[in-house]
This record gives sequence, C-alpha cells and structure tokens, in this order.
Amino acid sequence: MVPIVEFDRVSKVFFKGSTQVHALQNVSLQVRPGELLAVVGPSGCGKSTLLNLTAGLMQPGMGEVRYDGSAVDSVNTQVAYVTQKDNLLPWRTVESNVGLPLEVGRHRDMPAIQKRERVARYIAMVGLKGFENHFPAELSGGMRKRAQLARSLVYEPDTLLMDEPFGALDAQLKLTLQAELLKTWEGSGKTLIFVTHDLTEAISLADRIIVMSSRPGTIRSIAEIRLPRPRDVFQVRFSPEFGDYFETLWAALREDMKHGTELH
Amino acid sequence: MSNAIEVAMTRPIVEKPEADVFAVDPSIRARRRENTLVIALRIALSVVLLGGWELASGTIVSPFWVSSPSLIFFALVEMVASGGLPFAIFSTMLVAASGFVLGIAIGVGLGVLFGVNRIVARVLDPYLTGLYTLPRVALVPLFILWFGLGFEMKTIFTALLVFFPIFMNTLAGIRDVDDDLIDVIRVMGASRRDTIFKVLVPSALAWVFAGLRISVPFALIGAVLAEMFSSSEGLGYIISNTANQFDTAGLFAALVVTTILGLALDWLVGMVERRVLRWQHKRH
Repeated sequence: MVPIVEFDRVSKVFFKGSTQVHALQNVSLQVRPGELLAVVGPSGCGKSTLLNLTAGLMQPGMGEVRYDGSAVDSVNTQVAYVTQKDNLLPWRTVESNVGLPLEVGRHRDMPAIQKRERVARYIAMVGLKGFENHFPAELSGGMRKRAQLARSLVYEPDTLLMDEPFGALDAQLKLTLQAELLKTWEGSGKTLIFVTHDLTEAISLADRIIVMSSRPGTIRSIAEIRLPRPRDVFQVRFSPEFGDYFETLWAALREDMKHGTELH
Repeated sequence: MSNAIEVAMTRPIVEKPEADVFAVDPSIRARRRENTLVIALRIALSVVLLGGWELASGTIVSPFWVSSPSLIFFALVEMVASGGLPFAIFSTMLVAASGFVLGIAIGVGLGVLFGVNRIVARVLDPYLTGLYTLPRVALVPLFILWFGLGFEMKTIFTALLVFFPIFMNTLAGIRDVDDDLIDVIRVMGASRRDTIFKVLVPSALAWVFAGLRISVPFALIGAVLAEMFSSSEGLGYIISNTANQFDTAGLFAALVVTTILGLALDWLVGMVERRVLRWQHKRH
C-alpha cells in the first residue's frame, strides 16, 4: 500500500521573523490512506511544520516529503487545511465563505447550480442551515469553526490537515465538535492528520498517535489506538484501555513538556 | 450518570426575554439621558462661545482683529448674494475632489503593489520615508514651475497630500492580513491573482477607509493652499485676498465655509464606508 503522505528523513529550518527555528530533525513517517492520525507534542515542537510541509507551503531542508507517491514540491491542492485561528473572511457571509474554494482552483468552472447545491449540502452537514446569510461576526466561536470545517470539506479533498482546530474552544463545545468531526469522518474514507497538544483529544479521535519531542522535533513514539469504532467521544474516555493509552503516551510526552517553548 | 444531573440538564429554557425590559431598564434610560445631555451641552457651548465673541468684539478687542459672529454672517450673506461664494465653493470642491480621487487611485495602487511585493517595499521604503518627512508645502513653487498656475497643478498638489495617508493605510491593511489565511486559500488552489483580489484587497478595505477619513481634510487643505498660492478663484483665493485687504469678517466667512465643507466631505465618506463595510457593522 502506498502511503498517502510520507516523510523521508526530513529536517527543516525556517525563519520566524529574523529568528532561525530548527523545527524538525530527521523525521520519517508514513501516513496510511484513510486513517486518522493525531500528532501530539509540546508547544513549538514542529507539529505545524509537519502540516505545512504536507501542504507544500514549506519545502523540506533535507529529505523528502511525498504525497501519494510523488514529491511535494509546490502547494499541494489535494489537501485541505484547517488552522487553529478563525480565518473565515469577515466580509463574506457563511454561504459565500463556504463557497470560496469553489471559486478558485480546479473547481472554478463548475456550473453555478452545482456549486450552490454543494455549498448547501456541506452547510447542512455541519449544522449551519439557516445561517447562510450571516457574517462571521454574527456567529459564535463554535459556529465559526463549523463554517471553517464546511469550507474545507466543500471541495472534497482526499486529505484533511487540522492544526489544533478546537484549541481555543471551551471544554463542552470541544467535545461536541469532536463528536461531530468523528461522525463526519468515520466512513468517509478520507485521511485526516490532526495536530493537537491535548492528549485526551488525540486518544479519543485517532487511529494512530505520533508523539513528538520538543524542538528540534523528532518522533518520540508512535502508538496504535485500538479503541472500537464508531467511537463515542463522551464515553470513550471512561474505558480502561483509554487510561492505559493515556499513561503510556503521557510518559513519552512528559519528558519534553518542561522544555517546550512557544513561538510567537 | 446520576439522576440529579439529568434532571438539572433537562430544565426548560426560557424562550425570550419580555420586550418591556427595553422600556424600563434603568441602564437604557440612563444612556438616553446622557445622550440628551451631550447634545444640550454642545449647543450651550456654541452659544456661550459665539455670544462671548460677539460681546468681546468691539469692547475688549477691536473688531478689526477678530471681527464678530454677526459681521461674519453679513459677510457670508453678501458673498452668497454676489454669486462669488457658490462659484468659489464649486472650483475648490472640483480641485479637492479630483485631487482626492487621483490620490486614492495612486495610494491604493502603490499600497497594494508594495504590500504584495516585499522586495519592492524594502527597496523603496527609505525613499518614501524621505518624501513623507519633506514639508510638502515647499513643493508648491516647484509644482507651479512644472504644471503652471492652473487646475493640473492644484489637483496634483492635492493628490500628493491625500496620497500618503491612503498609501500608508493600504500598505498596513495588506500586511495585516493573516498569513494563515493566505496559506489556507493557496491550498484551495488559489492563484496569486485570486489571493490579491479575493483576500488582500477586500481585507485592506477597512484600513483604506480609515485612510480616507484621515485624508479628507488633506484634500481640502491641498486645494485651499494651492489656491492661496496661485489662483484667482476658489476659497483659497478668497482667504488670501480678504487677508490682504485686512477684511477679517470675509476671512472668517471663508474659513467657516471651508470647515463646513470638510465636515460634509467627512460625512459623505462615512456614509460610503458604512455601505461598503456593511459586514463590520453587523455585530451583536
């Protein structure tokens, strides 16, 4: 089986303003098609760099990043990217924000009727029916996250990259959105790479978890999460296996937690 | 899960607050009272100032130096009756408006160009800072030499004054766009053109409008200044002409009109802004 995303001994240095950041050190990793892979690690350990390399927004300093067998050497439009920050366009309504990916790129020439139909379908899927004509400023944080999710699903990419998408939300909303994400993803056949610093979130969602060390990021441990699917994020945390996974992964994570440094 | 929690969770939600609360809530009445007070005090302030001026003129200070509100009013009436003022307003506004438009076009254009191209911005940055610190009034004689005494010179000078706030704000607006957002839209397959026209420019618009508000007075200042130097028409000409004749009432009358024009222009830009940036004002 060809891995959908493959990192082959990748190291990466980049500039953040005028500071040099050594983000990744000799990372090798294979993502299986259709899996939900969570990446956890201390703040600033290069988790986001993994996603940026996969999306082709950065080029590896050493080594190679491959997507579906071929090297990623420019922006990878096979993926969708959901970032932590709210970045809907504030001057566009929900409908027009969700439709944005169909105005650019390879869907540009899709007939208008089909576009409208597809936008409506994904808006309904994330539960925003009735809010099509609202501006982002009129929505709650959770609704904005839902709109962002619809925007990244609407062009039906094979792979979804999510960078701490629920990081800034309160605990209850986070659980609700995790449940909705699982419901959307399970059975879709899409690959999902999910970066988080929340170990509980990672275990609840993922098929596999990668624990990264602090900068320069290396892979410290990879764990298969064999919790049954479909999963109930509200209940799964009370199962005994969950506790075992948590302890094992926490041990791997803990060593680096004190060294973690946030980049600003 | 215990029963008590479930009971707590299924308590019915109150559908709507009674509408009456908006009529009786003390915080709403207090706010209304404050608004009325502010308007009353504004009117009182102008009455006191104008009255004081009227009384002081001719008693404490000679009207030769400070004129008086009533003399200014009569001067205004006379200027309107003679037809001189409407024509002056027209020619000043024509210069101000065309300079404004030209300044906006160049300011927004260069702002976008600089904003999307880091190299160009870095190369030209020190030159622009130099031009910015230059007292631009000093350029009027040079502009007269280059463009003559006519409409072009006045328009170009006005445009130069208008240009900087617009340019700076457009640039800031484009640089303010979140890099994350640009990354996300690139991954969607957006071309550079898409990025500029669908993200950068609309996102800079709020900043551009802030720049417009700042440069409205500059458009008037530019037009009036250029007319003072070179013209035989417009409010600037009236100002310099009345000053030369020690006609303080006429001078103040021209200043009053200029101020009113400035307020009107600012209001107009505000109206356009509210329409274009509708999304910004739609908040809870």
